[in-house]
Amino acid sequence: MSGLLGMEFMQNALLAGLLASLACGIIGSLVVVNRQVFMAGGVAHTAYGGVGLAFFLGLPVLPCAVGFTVLAALIMALASFGRSERSDGIIGIMWAAGMAFGILLMDLTPGYNVDLMSYLFGSLLAVPRSDIWFMLLLDVLILGVVLFWYKDFLSLSFDMEFARSTGVPVRMLYALMQVLTAVTVVMVIQIAGLILVIALLTIPPMLAELFTDSLWKTMALATLASLFFCLCGLALSYHLDLTSGASIIAVATAGYVLAWGFKSLRGKA
Amino acid sequence: MKPHDHSCPSCSGHGLPFIPEPHFRPLPGTGTPVIELRGVGFSYAEREVLSEVDLTVTVGDFLAVIGPNGGGKTTLVKLILGLLAPKEGTVRVLGADPLSVRPAVGYVPQHAQVQPSFPVTVHEVVLLGLRRAGGMLSGGRWPGYRRREKDKAMEALRMVDMADLATRRFDALSGGQKQRVLVARALVSDPALLLFDEPTSNIDPQGKICLFDLLSALSSSITIVMVSHDLISASTRISSVAVVNRRLIQNRSRELTPAMLELIYGTHDASCPLDEYIRGVSSIFGQSGPGSTP
Repeated sequence: MSGLLGMEFMQNALLAGLLASLACGIIGSLVVVNRQVFMAGGVAHTAYGGVGLAFFLGLPVLPCAVGFTVLAALIMALASFGRSERSDGIIGIMWAAGMAFGILLMDLTPGYNVDLMSYLFGSLLAVPRSDIWFMLLLDVLILGVVLFWYKDFLSLSFDMEFARSTGVPVRMLYALMQVLTAVTVVMVIQIAGLILVIALLTIPPMLAELFTDSLWKTMALATLASLFFCLCGLALSYHLDLTSGASIIAVATAGYVLAWGFKSLRGKA
Repeated sequence: MKPHDHSCPSCSGHGLPFIPEPHFRPLPGTGTPVIELRGVGFSYAEREVLSEVDLTVTVGDFLAVIGPNGGGKTTLVKLILGLLAPKEGTVRVLGADPLSVRPAVGYVPQHAQVQPSFPVTVHEVVLLGLRRAGGMLSGGRWPGYRRREKDKAMEALRMVDMADLATRRFDALSGGQKQRVLVARALVSDPALLLFDEPTSNIDPQGKICLFDLLSALSSSITIVMVSHDLISASTRISSVAVVNRRLIQNRSRELTPAMLELIYGTHDASCPLDEYIRGVSSIFGQSGPGSTP
């Protein structure tokens, strides 16, 4: 085991899992309580456009995808804010268009790049050290922003109209929430992949929300749950030679089902 | 501080021991305007919602604003809160621009408007009422609350008879209990004015009685404006009534005039006290008046 931990790729995987878990725990909780899982899905698939753009232009993938996805998330936030009856349609368009844009750019990129698969299904074991530093930077940003505006995020998530009446800058924070979601999504794509990113962003907070009575506790427990799922999934992936992203999600799903069952049984007792 | 009787059968029985005087009382004395709307007009895109609206609410009033759906009730509330700016006319609250007196105005939306499932305790919901505008980068937004703030929230919960449930999750409460917690959230900042937007929607009949008992008690120390189409539950508790359906007609008593009835229902041939009108409506519609569930 110690030999395994001595390998750089495994150290990177653990660090990436830890950093992504923190982001998922915090932002995933906001996504879940605001019922914005579909929006997060739209952001995630739009991120593929950023990945395609990075490959096409020969730029570093993570910063390029972050920039592209943040821009797309802002457009989505502006287009959907206060128009809940139309927001799903707008998100759907962005979802499809972002994905198509990425695929087209991939088609136009000379020589098909095999790394593409890691963005579809994730590869925790392939995260380079340079990306770890970038992820750390993004985590500090997410943590700082959410801590600073914690009560305002709580207020607008619980009751947006009341939050507005008390002077909470609702529109600005709504847009900021989408930006942070975009940042987190791109970060987690490295681990869980585009297809499974929503699960990692959703399952730990949903599990945590079953057992907590405040938003910060949900965020903390979701972070721990996410880290636990990453470690278990990674071990499963290593020992059974499975895809790491899918293994993590399988463990997380099983964990949620068990937790939900436990909660239901306890409620009936 | 003065005691209040409280004999609501659906409450826990602890009653409303005290309704404290609000700390923020810039305009003492009955008859002082709390809300003044003059020639207010508002439209969404090309659709005119309010036109030539005049409204005066004075200290101590308990005003019910009634009207059909789409008649402009919620728009009126948003104008008073400063969430919308009038296209025409002026809105003054406590003699000032609505945005500048936010701490003095408590807002109680429908409980159905808040997130139905949310990890937050009753106590923390009330603490959210202490958040008041102070600039985007002002402090006080970090997690955690001071002892003084927690005590204040508990005091507000005691006022609505919900202190016993302070540690419970908000989404575990009944509709009536949730609405009382939202009242406590509005009360925690010691408002001079309370604004209610359809406070009895999605609440069972017993919960409504309980809520209106509470509002009656509060109305002795706080000016209340309640937008509702639940005329029957409110009828015996309010001090004056206004009808809004694009235009607004206000009466300083609880009497619905023929002009008011015509504004709501198109036509009516005689003036009658609100209670009599409700009895008349009830006899026609069975146990329920139009748009109400007693």
